[in-house]
Amino acid sequence: MSLEEMDTPPSQPFANMPWPDRYQTLTEATNNSLLKAFYQAGCCDANTPLSQVPMVAIDFETTGLSATEHSIISVGLVPFTLEGIQLSAARHWLVKPKLALHQTSVTIHGITHADLEQAPDLVDILPELLECLAGRLPVVHYRDIERPFLDVALRHRLQEGIQFPLLDTMAIEAHLHPDRRPTFWQTWRGKKPLSIRLSDSRLRYGLPHYAAHNALMDAIATAELLQAQIAHHFGAQTPVSDLWL
Amino acid sequence: MAAPSTASRFGAITHDQTVLSAIVLAKHYLIHSGGCMQAELIDIRNHLLQHSPFNEMPEELVNRVTETIEIVYARAGTELLRINDPSKALYYVRSGAVEIFRRSGELYNRIGEGEIFGEFGLLMNKHVRFPATVLEDSLIYRIPAETFHYLFEQDEGFADYVEIEDRSRLRSAVSRREKSNQLMTSRVSRLISRKTVSAPYTVRLQEAARIMTENSVSALLLMEGEGDQARLKGIITDRDLRIRAVTEALPSETPISDIMTEGLITIPASHYIFEAMLTMLHNNVHHLPVMDDHEVRGVIALSDIVKYESQSSLYLVSNIYHQTSVKGLKKISLEVRDSFVRMVNEDANSHMIGSAMAGIGRSFTQRLLELGEEKLGPPPVPYCFMALGSMARDEQLVVTDQDNAMILDDSFVAEEHDAYFLELAKFVSDGLAECSYTYCTGDIMATNERWRQPLRVWKAYFSDWIDNPQARALLNSNIFFDLDGIYGETDFAEQLKTLVAQKASNSQRFLAMMARNALNRTPPLGFFRNFVMEEDGKHGKTFNLKRRGTAPLSDLIRIHALACGSKAQNSFERLDAIGKTRLILDDGIGNLRDALEFIAIVRIRHQALAIEAGREPDNNVRPQDLSPFERNHLKDAFQVLSNAQKFLKYRYNAQIARNVS
Repeated sequence: MSLEEMDTPPSQPFANMPWPDRYQTLTEATNNSLLKAFYQAGCCDANTPLSQVPMVAIDFETTGLSATEHSIISVGLVPFTLEGIQLSAARHWLVKPKLALHQTSVTIHGITHADLEQAPDLVDILPELLECLAGRLPVVHYRDIERPFLDVALRHRLQEGIQFPLLDTMAIEAHLHPDRRPTFWQTWRGKKPLSIRLSDSRLRYGLPHYAAHNALMDAIATAELLQAQIAHHFGAQTPVSDLWL
Repeated sequence: MAAPSTASRFGAITHDQTVLSAIVLAKHYLIHSGGCMQAELIDIRNHLLQHSPFNEMPEELVNRVTETIEIVYARAGTELLRINDPSKALYYVRSGAVEIFRRSGELYNRIGEGEIFGEFGLLMNKHVRFPATVLEDSLIYRIPAETFHYLFEQDEGFADYVEIEDRSRLRSAVSRREKSNQLMTSRVSRLISRKTVSAPYTVRLQEAARIMTENSVSALLLMEGEGDQARLKGIITDRDLRIRAVTEALPSETPISDIMTEGLITIPASHYIFEAMLTMLHNNVHHLPVMDDHEVRGVIALSDIVKYESQSSLYLVSNIYHQTSVKGLKKISLEVRDSFVRMVNEDANSHMIGSAMAGIGRSFTQRLLELGEEKLGPPPVPYCFMALGSMARDEQLVVTDQDNAMILDDSFVAEEHDAYFLELAKFVSDGLAECSYTYCTGDIMATNERWRQPLRVWKAYFSDWIDNPQARALLNSNIFFDLDGIYGETDFAEQLKTLVAQKASNSQRFLAMMARNALNRTPPLGFFRNFVMEEDGKHGKTFNLKRRGTAPLSDLIRIHALACGSKAQNSFERLDAIGKTRLILDDGIGNLRDALEFIAIVRIRHQALAIEAGREPDNNVRPQDLSPFERNHLKDAFQVLSNAQKFLKYRYNAQIARNVS
């Protein structure tokens, strides 16, 4: 089973085009200047070795799991390459959610109503956010959050969504451990399923445990995990299209 | 693939309000302190804050470091730094382990979580000096060169940390710290301020005195031959004029050659001032002709060095010679520890400190002998007062007892003369005890009749030790194989050294016995490189840096030196001598030298810290009192010792000796 087959991306315009061509077409098609600039920065060719791909790890904290029902409350990102992760360019924003904050999410993220009262709307940070993403391949842990949430948030605010390829460190772990769910027999014998959550995956590579969880630390943790995955299982010369989704 | 069941996608997150308030507080702190680090990076910042040298840095400085970090993941086996690559960053191990190598490819250090590497290249020449290879999969923080240099400028603690450690690790020849010890970095030639004043050695006493007065010099060089052919023949000093000429009322027409000192001790112009100081201390001379090959460049006097470095231990020494009573000497002896601490703080190396302390000890002994002779009258027969053990090796520290002996002229008749020498020996020994050089518990002192004997008896002692070696007896007489004449007919001691050098190298049985004894004390290193501790009533678990470090090291160096027929006494000089033969390869010599220097300097610092804290200095160290750096390097040094002991056993068949005895 290849990575591509595991999930069907949401339907998008020009979905059948290769990514570099799609970016070119979208540059022409979009009416929004921010998105035009984003697509114009281009997308690397499918054959580009990973060592030459500029990347950006992103992580959102959200009020829930559904892009249509829940909101983004914080955004963390850090640009990197296989050479290293540049903390000097790391960014973190709190953003005001459109919908009321659930009490449960508050305790999970450690972000309070008071913090968010002061926060800007996503639209205010969009120029900076898109500039950070432009020309870089986004990397996330679990692809069904950042890309759909950003897409929905932009549709809501700019009347136009966003598309980009990405690397998903969780999908990579899933791919590496196809038999992670024990059989009935194994479950009966007490075998636990192998976790592919971020902190558990990191442990398998000897990466340190981070006490604090915020969008930026999780983005950094994701970038570190990808470096470890590539070093252990793929190699810097792997074409980016082997892994992107 | 199923989505995780809660909004917490990333596993066991158990945030609570305390974490929140910590983050909020940190944010406020950053805003108010003007820092611009993302508060969310606090996890990374806090890791730095737990480790040297960042743990002693102002928090806002660590924030600045944090925001410039580049994180790198490297698998085991990755060559992280290659020799001569440009040095672009300081490296901090967040997790994992890295090995640092010497140029020769030999393992130099192992760096673990929270430790840094790569500072040498940044400090020295901007090129990697020690290649680094990842030992375990590691997460590394790269701190860019600009940040490193910024910290170096802004934070003295940081500068000290990366530099001092560098120095003790490497004995790097060039000091880069302005406040570093000038005695160690300035050449002797710097002290020469005037043209050499000399005269033919054929001049008369009065003429010599006139030349010295006219030129206002305290020493006059006496030359043989003319012009380019002139060779240094001797020297005459103010002190000589006073003591030899004036007090003995010599006629002014006396040839100067009658009272000049010949066989001069000189120093090459290229040597460091501290070496001149050591030479003066060791030989008890106050003037040193400075030589360029065979040509005299000038003369430096003790007072020149004291002027240059008024805090030097030479100042203390010159004071010792001004004392006219044991009481006065006792008073001065209180300054010895200050002088020791000062040298440690000035980053002197162990050789320099050991030699200076031994020089001070010699000076006390010499002055006591002078005072003793004044009191008891001139000796009935010539004699030599001999230092043994660490003083003879020029490796004395502050916690030391007296080990000494007397070699008497062969014309010695016990019934007639011994009362005098016993009295003199007692005077010196009691005086030394007053000055904090405690009595030797093994009774190896000139007050013991056995160690107050004519030269021929001493020769018989040494011949017997070497020709009929017995392990137990040698254990006690080990100390006599570090010997040095420090007063009187020092030639007697030289004769003993020569005898030992000639005989020892030919006696395999003797060397085997000595080697066997040297293996009794092993380094405190267990399997897996952990320290093996001993219970110390006062401090809990400790290990003894002398008994299990410097002492077994100097023991094994002594045996190799004896096998080479060397007459050197100092361990470093012995290593030089061993290096000239092919007994041990150059690498091995270098390792032993580094190991000895490192263990000795840790021991010295340990004692200096105790003195500064008002505690009684000792040799027992608790591992938790050492920095991770010191711990690692001590382990390396002990490993060197352990390997060297294995070689010793093999080289001298020490195993077989055990069966024979």
